[in-house]
Amino acid sequence: MPAAPRRLPAARQRHRALWFWAFVGPFAAGLALFTYVPLAWSVYLSFFDAHNTVSPTEFVRLDNYATLLADASFRSSLVTFAVFSAFIVPATYALSLGLALAVNRLRAGRAFFRSVFFLPTACSYVVAATVWKLSVFNGVRFGLANTVLGWFGAEPVAWLASTDPPWYWLVIITVRLWLQAGFYMVLFLAGLQRIPPRLYEAAALDGARPGWQTFRHITFPALRSTSVAVVLLLIINAFQAFDEFYNLLSDQRGYPPYARPPLVHLYYLALGQGQDLGLGSAGAVLLALIIAVVTVVQARWSGLGRRED
Amino acid sequence: MPISRRLLLAGGAGIALTGCGSNTGRGGEEGPGRPRLSHWYHQYGEPGTRQAVGRYAAAYKDAAVRIEWRPGNYDQQTAAALLTDSGPDVFEVAGPTIEQIQAGQVTDLTGLLKDVKGEFDPVILAPRTYRDRVWGIPQLVDTQLLYYRRSMLDAAGVRPPQSLDELVDAARRLTRKDVKGFFLGNSGGAGALGGTPLYAAGLSLVTPGGEVGFDDPAAARTLGKLRRFHTDGSLLLGAPTDWFNPAAFTQGLAAMQWCGLWALPQVQKALGDDFGVLPFPPDGPAGRPSVPVGAWAAAVSSRSAHREAAEAYVKWLWVERTDFQEDFAQSYGLHIPARASLTARAGRLKSGAAAEAVRFTKEHGYAQPLLWTAASQTAYLDALTRIIREGADPGGELKAVVRKASAELHRVRSRG
Repeated sequence: MPAAPRRLPAARQRHRALWFWAFVGPFAAGLALFTYVPLAWSVYLSFFDAHNTVSPTEFVRLDNYATLLADASFRSSLVTFAVFSAFIVPATYALSLGLALAVNRLRAGRAFFRSVFFLPTACSYVVAATVWKLSVFNGVRFGLANTVLGWFGAEPVAWLASTDPPWYWLVIITVRLWLQAGFYMVLFLAGLQRIPPRLYEAAALDGARPGWQTFRHITFPALRSTSVAVVLLLIINAFQAFDEFYNLLSDQRGYPPYARPPLVHLYYLALGQGQDLGLGSAGAVLLALIIAVVTVVQARWSGLGRRED
Repeated sequence: MPISRRLLLAGGAGIALTGCGSNTGRGGEEGPGRPRLSHWYHQYGEPGTRQAVGRYAAAYKDAAVRIEWRPGNYDQQTAAALLTDSGPDVFEVAGPTIEQIQAGQVTDLTGLLKDVKGEFDPVILAPRTYRDRVWGIPQLVDTQLLYYRRSMLDAAGVRPPQSLDELVDAARRLTRKDVKGFFLGNSGGAGALGGTPLYAAGLSLVTPGGEVGFDDPAAARTLGKLRRFHTDGSLLLGAPTDWFNPAAFTQGLAAMQWCGLWALPQVQKALGDDFGVLPFPPDGPAGRPSVPVGAWAAAVSSRSAHREAAEAYVKWLWVERTDFQEDFAQSYGLHIPARASLTARAGRLKSGAAAEAVRFTKEHGYAQPLLWTAASQTAYLDALTRIIREGADPGGELKAVVRKASAELHRVRSRG
């Protein structure tokens, strides 16, 4: 194979450029039109008093940002997010890693169990949230969870309506765990299968006991790049939490003042009857900034994309 | 604009773009001088409503009216659609909201009511009136009521509650192992009640002068009493259906339920005579019974390409065709017609619990004021939830709401 690239005739090169744009153009145009233009428009709106309009005229400088940062419910929505991710990130991480390790050790039926655990990923958040709300964790005596409690003689619990103790977190966390653990399990499985067997053989020769010692010193460090990616995805996903919260807790008249993550708060602020699009855009910009900062810090700290050798 | 196969092949880039803007059902002319109008309704739960509105539209001769039946978050859908040119010409709305009016998204319909304005109940016309102009034509009146199960009250030796204290007490005494005393919605009361307890205390959300109407110690006293439903454990929570559906009441999960007049036929069918209705009972020395009324109204979008045709159609349907209005309010679920002359004629509202409900509405009805914005409502409901469910201090919570609502009132009063 000759290594030096051949120079293409000019006509052919033009032809290539044409095909490049024929294939890339539509997607680039779509991306610009449906992603970048709205994004820029949102930044623009955030500096205006934009009630019920997307072409506002009243420039208000940073007022929307000031209002939002002074708003106790917006700040509490950030706290909600922090609490939520403090639970969901480690829980999903541990559960999906555990599942991956278990499935990876199977000698028979591996494909079956991999599919079984992966299957919930194909379910929509809305459907799962509805099932959780109406049949598993409804508050009356014939709900699934309350039926089980009933066998032990306990009183029915109003899972989504009791704030003391806050049982609604149990509902929210379990639905998301059920939905996403299988997906991350597959990522971990791929990572596990990339660990060269010779590492384990060498460790065994050096006297490492199988089980915890091998996991701690071989498997876990070898999964580092997978772990970093999983944690990053989990945090971003937690930030984007909306579907299950909205479908579990909202009612016709609105949303309770607890367990309200930032996107749900902004949804009611900007897109409900209030239609304060300026304030909502300011919130979206703030959220985007927070996600960007968190991602950059985490990537720096964990060395995302650094070459592993 | 139909998408042909050739177009699809030729312009791969174009599909997303052309697909989006096509077939909005408007802008076209059909036949000579017959404009095409699109008319949006939210999804009514009662069977037959959709066919009925289709029938009304088909009967209109001066325009080709296309009905769009929209399930889901109707308020959000209309709000977004009104920002674009592909929205409805005529739409049903629970408002219109003060923001929609001030932003010029809906047209002034005062002229349509010229000779019949006095016929409409002022309680439901007022929230659609801004600076003496009317921005929506009420289609029907919906009322919310307290339903109670006679047999359960008799068995517990409880009389139908005539004051808030009696209601709290009754809910506690009616609670059994498998039956709760009161169903106020799965969120525990705030969403279902809204401003109703304030009116029951003799206060209001917004005064006629446009100020906050509950900056008063009586507000905290009344709202604080609602907390007892929770501490007594007398509320049904987490039912499969929410308060606007009578299922929890008819299935015997609760002895009393806050629900709407619309559910009365269903309750009657399930329980026969074994139920009664009441307004929300009064509280305190200035208290009075309180009955929230809402109305769906027809509005015309200012962005409509056929504004005059749209207004003429609204006038025809919701002002002139009283036969359709009567059918709409009476034949599918039970509602009170928006006009006094039709209410007087309505046979189904003449006797029993329905007649009681009409009387309560007339005597004690209140509607959410126009100046009470979504932001004020959110702040108020958040506070109410915290008071009822978490035992937060009513005085402190209300102070924050008064501050927020004053700022909102100031904002909407100072605008165009």
